[in-house]
Amino acid sequence: MSGIVLEGVTKRFGDHLVTDGIDLVIPDGAFTVFVGPSGCGKTTLLRLIAGLEDIDSGRLLIDGVDAAQTSPAARGLAMVFQSYALYPHMTVRANLGFALKVARRPRAEIAERTEQVAEMLNLTPFLDRRPGALSGGQRQRVAIGRALVREPKAFLFDEPLSNLDAELRAQMRIEIRRLQQQLGITAIYVTHDQAEAMTMADRIVVFRDGRVEQAGSPSEIYRNPASRFVAGFIGSPRMNFLGGAIAAKHGAVTIGVRPEHLAIDPAGTISAAVQAIEYLGSDSFVHLGAQSGETLIARGVPDLDFRPGDTVQLRIAPGAVHRFDADDRAMPAPAPAPGANIFEETV
Amino acid sequence: MTAGAAIRQRSYLQGPGRLLLAPAILLLLAASIAPLLVTIKFSLSDYRLLFPDSSGFVGLSNYARLVASPDFVPALVNTLMLIAIVLAASIAGGLGLALLLDGSVIGRGGLRLLVISPFFVMPPVSALLWKNLLMQPVSGFFAWLAALFGLPAYDWFSHAPLLSIALIVAWQWLPFAALILLTSLQSFDRELREAAQLDGASPAAILRHLLLPHLARPIAIIVMIETIFLIGVFAEILVTTGGGTASTDLAFLVYSQAMLQYDIGAASAAGLVAVVFANILAIFLIRAVGRSLEA
Amino acid sequence: MRTRRRYRAIATMFAWAASLTIAFPLLWTLLTSFKTELEAVSFPPRFLSFDWTLANYRGILAEGDYLHSLINSVIVAGGSSALVLALAIPAAWSMAFAPTRRTRGILLWMLSTKMLPPVGVFIPIFLFYRDWGLLDSRTGLVLLLAAANLPIAAWMLFSNFRDVPGEILEAARMDGASLWQELVSVLAPLALPGIASTFFLVFTLAWNESFWTLNLVTTEATPLTAFIAAFSSPQGLFWARLSAASILSIVPVLLIGWLCQRQLVRGLTFGAVK
Repeated sequence: MSGIVLEGVTKRFGDHLVTDGIDLVIPDGAFTVFVGPSGCGKTTLLRLIAGLEDIDSGRLLIDGVDAAQTSPAARGLAMVFQSYALYPHMTVRANLGFALKVARRPRAEIAERTEQVAEMLNLTPFLDRRPGALSGGQRQRVAIGRALVREPKAFLFDEPLSNLDAELRAQMRIEIRRLQQQLGITAIYVTHDQAEAMTMADRIVVFRDGRVEQAGSPSEIYRNPASRFVAGFIGSPRMNFLGGAIAAKHGAVTIGVRPEHLAIDPAGTISAAVQAIEYLGSDSFVHLGAQSGETLIARGVPDLDFRPGDTVQLRIAPGAVHRFDADDRAMPAPAPAPGANIFEETV
Repeated sequence: MTAGAAIRQRSYLQGPGRLLLAPAILLLLAASIAPLLVTIKFSLSDYRLLFPDSSGFVGLSNYARLVASPDFVPALVNTLMLIAIVLAASIAGGLGLALLLDGSVIGRGGLRLLVISPFFVMPPVSALLWKNLLMQPVSGFFAWLAALFGLPAYDWFSHAPLLSIALIVAWQWLPFAALILLTSLQSFDRELREAAQLDGASPAAILRHLLLPHLARPIAIIVMIETIFLIGVFAEILVTTGGGTASTDLAFLVYSQAMLQYDIGAASAAGLVAVVFANILAIFLIRAVGRSLEA
Repeated sequence: MRTRRRYRAIATMFAWAASLTIAFPLLWTLLTSFKTELEAVSFPPRFLSFDWTLANYRGILAEGDYLHSLINSVIVAGGSSALVLALAIPAAWSMAFAPTRRTRGILLWMLSTKMLPPVGVFIPIFLFYRDWGLLDSRTGLVLLLAAANLPIAAWMLFSNFRDVPGEILEAARMDGASLWQELVSVLAPLALPGIASTFFLVFTLAWNESFWTLNLVTTEATPLTAFIAAFSSPQGLFWARLSAASILSIVPVLLIGWLCQRQLVRGLTFGAVK
C-alpha cells in the first residue's frame, strides 16, 4: 500500500467552506494524527477519505488510484466511528464477522479470523453477547476489532476514545498504537486532544479552519511550531505569549516561551506576581501575572519559597524563545551576532 | 449524527436513491395521477356505455348537465351534511370521551379496548348491524328502548336516511377522534392545569381557555383526516339505502351514474367535482377550525 | 384532595358507561350471534336468558362462501400489504438516507394522492380493469389496495427510519455491504418494530377497504367486505347469521387493532400526533 495522497481537496457544506485545498501525503504504515479544535474540518477530511462524503474539488489517491468514483465499500478502508456504530441486533461475533460475511468468505475462515481478532483484543469471553450488554471500553474494542478483521489498506479513527473515562482512554491509546505497530497498517486518527496526538502519532497534522497549519513529527511540531496557533495548541500547559516591549527586544511582535523554559530566578529580568501554585507532587505549575498584564505559567522546581502575592523574577532559558511576526507566523531564530557568546542568557 | 441532519448530496447514494424511490412513484402515478387525467378527459367527453358510437369532446356540457340534474345538488348537500354531522359528532363525542378517559382511574386498558373497537369494524358490517339489529323499527334494540320510555319506534331509514347513515359513520370515527384527543390531553402539562385551578378557574373555564387552544392542532388534524375519508363514504349507503335522493352523496352519485346509468361522461364530471371538493373542504375546514380555537 | 378523588370516581363511572355504550353495538352483535333466528328477532329482546347455540357459526363455516371470502381477504390484505412494504421500504430508505432537494416535495406529493377520493379515479380504473381482465381478480385488488396504502406506509417508514442512527448504515457500507445487504441485514432488523406496525396498519386498512372491494368483484375475488355486503338483500330471517358472520369477519383485524392501537392511530395521522 503506497499511502494516501490528497491534492487540493476542497469540500463545502452549503456556503460553509469546510476544507480548503488540502494537500497532504499520508505515508504508508505510519500513524498519522489529524488534530485541531472542533469545526476545523478534520473529521470531514476523514470522511472524505473514507468516501462517506463527496469531494467538491481536488484529488484523492488511495494506494496510487484515484478514489473519487469508488464507493466507500470498495475503497478497502476500515473506519472506527466515534459512536462505535456497532450493529445492536448482532452478537459481538456477528459484528466482527459481518464484513467477511458480506464478502462471502467461507464460514471456517470467518470463524478463524473472528476468534483471532477477539483474542487480540481480549474480547473472547464476550463473543456471544450483544453490544447492549457491553461496557464502553468493550464496545470500543469491538469497534476496533471490526476494523481489524478486514485487513484494510488503512484504518480511519474518528475520535474513538472521546466517550471513555480518562484512565480507560490512556490505556486504549497505548493498545491502539501497539496494535497498529504490530500490524504495520496505515492509520489516520482524528482527535481534538493534543496530548493524544503527541503520544500516539508518528506524524501530526494540525488543522485550523479547514486548512493545514502544520504537518510533522511530534517533536518537530513541539519544538518548531510554524505559527502561533500551533505553538499555543500543542503542549500542556499552554505556551506563554508575551508582546509589547519584551517581544520587541527579541525583534518580534509576539514571543512564546514554554512553561518549562520559564524559570523563577532572582537573576531573571521579568517581574511577575505569583497568583496561584498548582502542586502536583513531581511537578508544580506557578501561575503568574506579568507586569505587562499577561498571565504566565512557569514550571517550577519542587522547592518553592514563595507564596501567592509575592513578586518574583522570571528568567527565560537560553534559545527557548519562539518569535512570531505580525501575521502570527513563526520567525526563524535570529542568527547570532558575530562574536557573541551563544551560551549567554537571553534577556 | 442522524440521517435527516442535512441534505448532503453523496454521489454513491444518488443512483440507488433514485432507483429505490422509482417503483413507488410509478405505482402511484399509474394508480392515481394517470386515472385522474383520464377522468378529466372523460368528463369533457360524451361517453355513454349504452351508446358507444357517441364520443368526442363536448367541453363543459357534462358539468352543465350535472349541475342542472335533479340529483346533483341534493348529493352535494348530502355530502356536506354528512361531513358536518360526522365531524361534529365524532369530535364532540371524542372530546367528551377523552376527558372522561383522562380523568378515570380504573381499568384504563379495558376502556381503551372498548372504545377503539368501532374503528376496526369494516363499514359493511357496521352499517348492517346498525340498520338491522339496532335501528330496525319492529324488533331492533332502539325500538325496545323507545318502548321503555313509552315512545313509538322510530323508522330511522325511512324518515331520516342521511342522519342514520351519518350516525353509523360517526360511530366508526369517534374512537379515532377520542384517541387522538386523549393522547393530546395526556401531553398537556399537568402543572399548567393545576396552576389554573389554584388561580380559581372553574373546570369549564380551564377547558375553554387552556385546553381547547392546546387541542386546536389535533382537532385540525382530525378534521383533515376524517374529511378525506368522509368524501368517499360509499359502503354504508350501498348496503342500507342503496341510494335514493335523500341519502346519496357525491361518491354514490358517481357510482350510480357510471354503474347504473352507464353515463361515463357525467359520472366523471361528478367524480372530479368530488376531488376538487375534497381538497377545498379540507383546506377550508382546517383553517376555520384552527382560527376559531386559537381565538 | 377529596374533590379530586370524587371527580375521578365520577369520571371513571361515566367513562365506563360511555365506553360500554360505544361498544354496545358490537357486544349486542356478539350476543345475537349465539341466538336462534327466532330469539334474535324477539321483542322485547332477550339479554342473557336464551338458548345459547353455536348453530350460526357452524352454519357460516360450513357454507363455502365464508371460507372462500376469508381466504380472499387474507390474500388481498396480506398480498397488498406485502407489496406495499416491498415498495415503501426502499422508498423510505431513499427519502431518509439519500435525500435530495426534491425529497420533501415528493413526500408531500405522495400524501396528496391519498387525499384523492376513490371516485375520482373509479371510472378509468374500472374500464381499464374490465378491458384487461382484472375485474373480479385478486391480483387487481392487490395492486389497487397497495397503491391506496402506499403513501401512509411510506410516511410511517420514513419517520421510523429517521430514528435509525445513520452511522450504523455507514459502518455497514465501510464493511463492504451492498445496498441489498445494508437493507436486509442492518436496516430491517433495526427498524423491525416500525416495519411491523406499518404492516399491521396497512393490513387493517386493506381488510376493511369498502370501495374497490365492493365495486370491482363479483364472485371469484370477493373478500369478506363483499361477503357481508351481500347480507343487505337477504331472504327471510337472518339476524343471527349476520351477527355470526360479522363477528367472524371482524375478529382478525379487531385483535390487531387492540394490540397495536397506538401505532395504528398514529400512523393514520401521518405522524402528526405523537
